[in-house]
Amino acid sequence: MNEFAANLALGFGTALSLQNLFLCFTGCMVGTLIGVLPGVGPIATIAMLLPITFGLDPVGALIMLAGIYYGAQYGGSTTAILVNIPGEATSVVTTLDGHQMAKQGRAGVALGIAAIGSFFAGTVATLFIAAVGKPLSQIAQFFGPAEYFSLMVLGLIFAVVLARGSVLKAMCMILLGLLVATVGTDLVSGQERLTLGIQDLSDGVDFASMAMGIFGFAEIIRNLENPEARDVVKSKIGRLLPNWQDIKDASLPVLRGTFIGGLLGILPGNGAVLGPFAAYTVEKKLAKDPSRFGRGAIEGVAGPESANNAGAQTAFIPLLTLGIPPNAVMALMVGAMTIHGIVPGPQVMTKNPDLFWGMVASMWVGNLMLLIINLPLVGMWVRLLQVPYRLMFPAIMIFCCIGIYSINNNTSDVLFTGFFALSGYALLKFGFEPAPMLLGFVLGKLMEEKLRQAMILSRGSFMTFVERPLSLALLIVSLIMLIIAVLPAMRQRRDEVFTE
Amino acid sequence: MKMFAAALAIATALTGSAMAQSYPAKPITMIVPFAAGGPTDIIARFVGEHMSRSLGQTIVIENVAGAGGTTGITRAAGSPNDGYTIMMGHMGTHGAAPALYPGLKYDPTALVPVGIAASTPILIVGSNKLPPKTLQEFIAYAKANPDKLNQAHAGIGSVSHSTCVMLNVQLGIKPTAVPYTGTGPALNDMISGQVDYMCDQIVNLSEQIRAGNVRAYAIASPERSPALPDVPTTKEAGLPEYQVIAWNAIFAPVGTAPEITAKLNDALKKALADETTRGRLLNLGAVLPKENEQSQAFLGEFVKQEVARWTPILKAAK
Repeated sequence: MNEFAANLALGFGTALSLQNLFLCFTGCMVGTLIGVLPGVGPIATIAMLLPITFGLDPVGALIMLAGIYYGAQYGGSTTAILVNIPGEATSVVTTLDGHQMAKQGRAGVALGIAAIGSFFAGTVATLFIAAVGKPLSQIAQFFGPAEYFSLMVLGLIFAVVLARGSVLKAMCMILLGLLVATVGTDLVSGQERLTLGIQDLSDGVDFASMAMGIFGFAEIIRNLENPEARDVVKSKIGRLLPNWQDIKDASLPVLRGTFIGGLLGILPGNGAVLGPFAAYTVEKKLAKDPSRFGRGAIEGVAGPESANNAGAQTAFIPLLTLGIPPNAVMALMVGAMTIHGIVPGPQVMTKNPDLFWGMVASMWVGNLMLLIINLPLVGMWVRLLQVPYRLMFPAIMIFCCIGIYSINNNTSDVLFTGFFALSGYALLKFGFEPAPMLLGFVLGKLMEEKLRQAMILSRGSFMTFVERPLSLALLIVSLIMLIIAVLPAMRQRRDEVFTE
Repeated sequence: MKMFAAALAIATALTGSAMAQSYPAKPITMIVPFAAGGPTDIIARFVGEHMSRSLGQTIVIENVAGAGGTTGITRAAGSPNDGYTIMMGHMGTHGAAPALYPGLKYDPTALVPVGIAASTPILIVGSNKLPPKTLQEFIAYAKANPDKLNQAHAGIGSVSHSTCVMLNVQLGIKPTAVPYTGTGPALNDMISGQVDYMCDQIVNLSEQIRAGNVRAYAIASPERSPALPDVPTTKEAGLPEYQVIAWNAIFAPVGTAPEITAKLNDALKKALADETTRGRLLNLGAVLPKENEQSQAFLGEFVKQEVARWTPILKAAK
């Protein structure tokens, strides 16, 4: 315990130096900004800012880059709520209820609860990393390919629960998502699949192109059909801060979201993506009246947003304690550390204690800053909704296009987004929800990879999934959830609840 | 008409050389065919930073990742050959790619060589859960248990894939190859003992070796690395024929004027002579080219040798 306090003291001593406070603030501001701008993601931004950090000391540089990362998580929910565009895979779920809340004139409350939930999750996650980061990182090692695959199966079951409307349509969308995920180079043989000979498809469909096309652009096209519809939002912006009832409704989801997101964030291979989806599912299952979900339930924003931020934070655990980056942003952080002469590995904690604890402390400082930056800004973001469509839509389109281009410096990505916009519009017209498809796509890639790795390691025996206890447990949970979803009695109730 | 053509040719030649003399007059784009943060990207940034200073123009690093680096090199190779677009190629894109990608749209040996920047040695590492402790024991174990062995790699076309294929061919073993989507996840599964061994660049492995999470069998370079002085070379460990290095070198599109590439080569040599830049590169565990290996001609020959060396091995393994 003493050591814990001493470590945190060292961390805060580092993080609270004038220079590091300033860098943390800069990182958070830049992060929030790029998070709010649809399309411009943290990966592109951190890559662009890498050369600037050349002149800084390593601790300061990493504090700033980390600030960009979690700042973007905060900002990303703003766009998801206000304009229904998820900038990152982790904010897909926030669009479901967050945007509905905005449509009902409760945009301010949605943004407020997202910020408060994220701050709470961030605080808990920071203490978590400081206290049990090292032993927790061992969890990652229990997760081999077989366990991962079973976790993804569970994730797909979540996708069914996520859907509004018919189960059949949701299943179709998940399968479509899985199918799109198979486009690209085959992992084992290196052969190209379903690329139609287009070289830009050889690494598969880009998540950002697809999310922006299907969610963002398609939504814009749909809105253009009835330009009058939004006046409702305009007249009722509503309170900015949640009231007592809102906080009471949201407090348990925040706690649960923090726990779920934090735990999944530790897993390598981008387990953090599952966090918000899992949190949403749990809230929907626990709710007395699940029919409110998808129609502006505050729990549907509070849970996933806390999970999202907790996961973003705990994703640092494998990086800082093992030197193994769990996702693309963390891989970039590895690069940033290497550029500054620190090769990330298990010894960072003992060899560079000021870096390790300074970063941990700066995460909490950053979260506090974000809360202070964001709450007053909520009013400003909400006012964005009042900007006329003729100004807002072209601006969103331009930012999206710039953002997509900046990911790979590739014009064809922008064209793909256009293609997905048209497909997304067609799907909306036929009454298909895009969220399950996106989850199918995100999980599909990981699922195929882990399935094939597990099968190669087991020399082709499917038994590997039930022989390993952790994998078996996950599969049993999936099975129970599936049975609940398809049991006739349950289904009838579900259909009553879900069909509009 | 003939006169006109001749005049035109002279005029083009003149403007060409005039352009070469004023080169560089605007920022230069260096395409790195991998994601930001990886070893090749970091080397490009270190070298590019010093080259910018001696050229008096910024070198902008543009990361165009995809298809084992061939997407970026294809883009760079098709850019105007005015010297304002150059590329950081490496062992994969300029050695292994012709064998792995039948539809490759560039010829590595035809691109204009500028010079070798830095190379990172390859290590053979094994899981702690694997019985053998030395390279010799590993070789014996691999030959005795041909069906049990799992080898991880970071995807077809990656350095860890090609270099391990060569090791397997030389040892005459056929392990089960488990593909991952990067070094990180592969290492994670090797630390927990799901997979048995892999080959990769020193910078990705050194800290895990020092922490004792994985076991280093040998380093495939002529000399031991100062970053890991306890790890024997393949020669010392009894496998002298296994010599592979992940080299990184700058190239320009076909037809770039020799005056321009000479200027770039000069700037690269200056960067490699600079103490700070050297220090940064050595800290990565990288090996810097010796004086005689820094010329354009050396790189040109070297690429031809590499393509000739990798093609039969990788084609046979396919």
